[in-house]
Amino acid sequence: MQPPSPDSRGAAIRFDHAGAAVLAGEGNHDKVRNGEEGGSLRWLLRDVNGRVEPGQCVAIIGPSGSGKSTLLSLCNLLRTPSAGHVFVDEVEVRAWRPSELRRRVAMVFQQPVMLPGTVRDNIEAAPRLHGLPLPDARELLERVGLFASMAEQPADGLSGGQRQRVALARALAQRPAALLLDEVTSALDADGVRTVEAAILAWRRETGGTVMWVTHDLVQARRVSHVTWVVLEGRIAAQGETEKVFASPPSEAVRAFLAGAQRPGQGEDTP
Amino acid sequence: MSLVTLAWTVAFIVIAMVISLWQKLNLERDLAISAIRCAVQLLVVGYILKVVFGLSRWPFTTLMVMLMWSVAVWNASRRGRAVPGAWWKVACGIGLTEVVTQGLLLGLRIVPATPQYVIPISGMIIGNAMVVAGLLLDRLQAQARAQRDEIRTWLALGARPTQAGRGVLRAAVRASLIPTIDSTKTTGLVQLPGMMTGQIIAGADPIQAVRYQVLILFTLLAAAAITAMTVGLLSYTSLFNAYEQLRFDVELHR
Ligand SMILES: Nc1ncnc2c1ncn2[C@@H]1O[C@H](COP(=O)(O)OP(=O)(O)OP(=O)(O)O)[C@@H](O)[C@H]1O
Ligand SMILES: [Mg+2]
Repeated sequence: MQPPSPDSRGAAIRFDHAGAAVLAGEGNHDKVRNGEEGGSLRWLLRDVNGRVEPGQCVAIIGPSGSGKSTLLSLCNLLRTPSAGHVFVDEVEVRAWRPSELRRRVAMVFQQPVMLPGTVRDNIEAAPRLHGLPLPDARELLERVGLFASMAEQPADGLSGGQRQRVALARALAQRPAALLLDEVTSALDADGVRTVEAAILAWRRETGGTVMWVTHDLVQARRVSHVTWVVLEGRIAAQGETEKVFASPPSEAVRAFLAGAQRPGQGEDTP
Repeated sequence: MSLVTLAWTVAFIVIAMVISLWQKLNLERDLAISAIRCAVQLLVVGYILKVVFGLSRWPFTTLMVMLMWSVAVWNASRRGRAVPGAWWKVACGIGLTEVVTQGLLLGLRIVPATPQYVIPISGMIIGNAMVVAGLLLDRLQAQARAQRDEIRTWLALGARPTQAGRGVLRAAVRASLIPTIDSTKTTGLVQLPGMMTGQIIAGADPIQAVRYQVLILFTLLAAAAITAMTVGLLSYTSLFNAYEQLRFDVELHR
């Protein structure tokens, strides 16, 4: 199933020679940052260019540790670009009010954390922060494949798969223009995966929202995305329409990754 | 008590050092330094107080209090290395505490306005405020580290630092007040407070000594609360940088 064509209410995300680095080894971090002291950098991401159109669904695939999560965290300023720029709706991320940017660009973490209180408290957290009308928590829970009655349960007793789905519902409740999804179905069974995929694609269809979807599951990537970015060792090694990327990988490294990750037992999500 | 008798008390330090050596606690140096510092500082203070009480002038009293305040600020703000501007925040917290509590004590004529009262009571207030401020800064950073995933989740939902840091602030203020509250609760049962013990040993009427001790303990409770709230409110948002990221989360980034 190909998702229908996007409309214009989603956010546009553009990378312009964006990079992310950490200091390698010991040293006074402040001094190295200010250039008073030499220190070596380790680049987690280098020279990322590309544009995610409003309403598009981009799958981001790549081996473990290649920089996929880092790429997502540049989009909502949880990490500051160390080089280049990232633009959301053509405004550089550092020029946004961080809280407003993060309200518009929601993120579901690879290991979602529940906030104190009930499931409902979690779902209502962002609307309360931003003075938005409270969402129907029960309806949101059903949309992601959970029982509506779960709303009043304490959030800290949930299983991994339940947490992932509550975190998705919580992100949808903040009425974002873009969703950054980090392995949101890794703890779900086949049935759960289908429900969650359907919920995300339905959200995208209804609101015209943009999706950046990190996944280890290449079949899922082909199922849900218009465009695929392949991240290898911190660089975008392939970028283009999903079917084209899979049909004709631009390089041997990408071909090897796509072939390797599709072998049984290799493309599985890490627990 | 004569100086010779006092010298015998060195034996107690030796006991502690022997235990340290025996158990390889590696504390001998610290013990020696703290013993020497404590003795020298107190002796010097004793002579200074003798002079100040003799002069009985306000400028000297004020100077003494300012001195205590400076040392306390310097000491407590070392705990807040990750909090930018920790020293002025601590200075405000301890300063406000001293002004409010001492102001009430003097304003309501609870104690007479003489150096003999103002200086020792200020010492206790400022000393306690110093411990509370140091503890607060320490807990603030430790709590933020412990709750980093939760804080990051709040940030990702679009929370401002004031909102994302609220839980950490509350936990740190609580943690920094608990020792004061607990020791107040058990006073007299577990330990006789230092001031009262001193007065009784020096021959004062125990009932009088108790009254002053209650006064001090209540004052210290208020002092702890004022310090913790002030330093906490001034400091907790500086756990975040201008991009509203947790500072220590990104200290490795470049
Ligand atoms: N704050 C940090 N300090 C140092 N190294 C980091 C930091 N954050 C990430 N890294 C490193 O950056 C690399 C990329 O990490 P990232 O989490 O983006 O990978 P990923 O593609 O999401 O991997 P996975 O599929 O396993 O989730 C890894 O080698 C990781 O160890
Ligand atoms: Mg990841």
